[in-house]
Amino acid sequence: MSGPGELEGLLRPPAMEMPPYPPKVITLASGEQMVVRQVEREEVPTLLEAIAPLLWVERDFYDIVSARLFAEMLAFKRYRVRDEYVLVGLIDGELAGIVNGRVVDAKTGMSYHTMTVRRGLRVGSHLFAAKMEYHIEHLGEEEVLIVAESPIGFRRWMIEYPLDKKHEVQHELGGVPSWVLTRDTYFGAKPRLVAGRRPVPEELLDGARTIRLPGDETVRRQVLGEKGVS
Amino acid sequence: MRGVMIAGVGMVKFGRSDATLSDLMSAASLLALRDAALGDRAVDGVVVANMGAARINRQTAIASALVDRLQLFPATAETVENGPASGSSAVKVGFQAVASGMADVVLVTGVEKMRAANNLEATDFVASMSHPEAEYIYGVTLPSLAGMFARAHMERFGVTRRHLALVAIKNHQNAMGNPYAHIQQPITMEGILESPEAVVNNPPIAEPLHLFDCCPVSDGAASIVLVSEEVAKGLGGPLVAVAGIGQGTDTHAVHEREEPTRLKAVEIAAERAFGMAGLTPDQIDVAELHDAFTILEIAESEAAGFFGRGEGHLALERGDTAIGGKLPINPSGGLKARGHPVGATGVAQIVELAWQLRGEADGRQVDGARCGFAVNFGGFGNNVVATVLRREDR
Repeated sequence: MSGPGELEGLLRPPAMEMPPYPPKVITLASGEQMVVRQVEREEVPTLLEAIAPLLWVERDFYDIVSARLFAEMLAFKRYRVRDEYVLVGLIDGELAGIVNGRVVDAKTGMSYHTMTVRRGLRVGSHLFAAKMEYHIEHLGEEEVLIVAESPIGFRRWMIEYPLDKKHEVQHELGGVPSWVLTRDTYFGAKPRLVAGRRPVPEELLDGARTIRLPGDETVRRQVLGEKGVS
Repeated sequence: MRGVMIAGVGMVKFGRSDATLSDLMSAASLLALRDAALGDRAVDGVVVANMGAARINRQTAIASALVDRLQLFPATAETVENGPASGSSAVKVGFQAVASGMADVVLVTGVEKMRAANNLEATDFVASMSHPEAEYIYGVTLPSLAGMFARAHMERFGVTRRHLALVAIKNHQNAMGNPYAHIQQPITMEGILESPEAVVNNPPIAEPLHLFDCCPVSDGAASIVLVSEEVAKGLGGPLVAVAGIGQGTDTHAVHEREEPTRLKAVEIAAERAFGMAGLTPDQIDVAELHDAFTILEIAESEAAGFFGRGEGHLALERGDTAIGGKLPINPSGGLKARGHPVGATGVAQIVELAWQLRGEADGRQVDGARCGFAVNFGGFGNNVVATVLRREDR
């Protein structure tokens, strides 16, 4: 070995060229417009800051989801995970949710996490659907391996789509038996679960270029449903 | 019969709570007792409304538990179960105790901790009030009954999904002014009906009812203190009288009703409540109706006599039922957005009306409200309690 550059080359997983996720805009139940777009590595520290307050929130498994998502995004930023991507949902530039996953090979994708910061508007459902759209329609994969860490996730993915069992495969998230979304399942579910319009109007896209964070307390209160009197 | 007054009210925020059932009912009760400022006067009786604690929380005899928790000995204790109308039934039992002279001060508390069950269990638990041989056994749920009822209303009276959405939008907006509401999220016609994304935002639950046509599953508790007129005179604070209570029943199985779009039990309960109060529907300033499903607000507004049959949706369209309209309905957000912890709902309706009549409903106050009306709808309309409240001058 001749130096740190060479060592880094050994530590860093090989990467494939991935087509970018084309941004889209979704009208939420509130009438607000949520832009869904892919994030770059340099934006990851902002996202880490957003989810840090949730590391100790047990409700709905936010603790384990945020801890794992934190590690996955950090690994993405520091080149320690192979072919990962991160998508965000932004309302007026403010973070509403994050999803991520990675490419296993040309035929198979792996869903990692879905985290909703702004609850009650099916933001998580929209973002998960965007993630599936990316794997099937833009990366051209045949299937996506999925597990759920919370009962809410199980209802949203396994039941609503519905997913098939592929329990013979251990998912990277803890070796949990995998479920799978196939192309057929995806296109069958698309009319009722996959929403959004393209191209995103320029002014909306401009407003979504910089990620604004709702603030620690706001994030915690939104996630815990603590609006109103306590 | 003696006059019965509401001396104090209190409730906890509805939603999803980590508190125990006992904590919820105790907290609401203490708030009502503090509001009543009874001083040294003892509570003679405690009535607790609840539907599912035995099944969901594995707790029975909860009125006795509340007496013990609050050290209200030797107060009498009764638990009342009447499905989603348990709350108003408990108010009626408390009212009867005071009106008859058996008690001077009665604490009525409604409580439910439904989120201890998962959604499937909660839906099944609520469905267990349907007819066991004619409905439940075939998989009938309350949303499915409401869906069929809504479809019949649409066909007969020209109600559309847009009208149902108007109820949801109004009540979500009202709840924005209610810090006790489960859901504090404004919604728009575009977001839930008109945009291409609405199909995802607002998925079908039981056609023609969609997600935003249905109340959430909530935890919560609400409480009131009922006293005799005599006792009320010695207390401070504004006076709100329970001017009338009426109850009506109908066939258990919905298909056995002569006319499936008619809410006969609501008609009977309302007529009896208005009769006891000596008031008519046009004298009511504010109403809390049992909108577990959006169609029910429209149908109950007709059955209670506020609007002609088949005209409730037109009144809604005109804005008559908005805060500031001719008859504001569900300024609290209703079951749709304040939430629906089933045993607590009927008491929460009375709490909201008392706040309205006392002029204390900050953020959602109906100006100058003096008379209020509530419908608490049990089963799928087979056991209904209506209540009329009136503000009294000292």
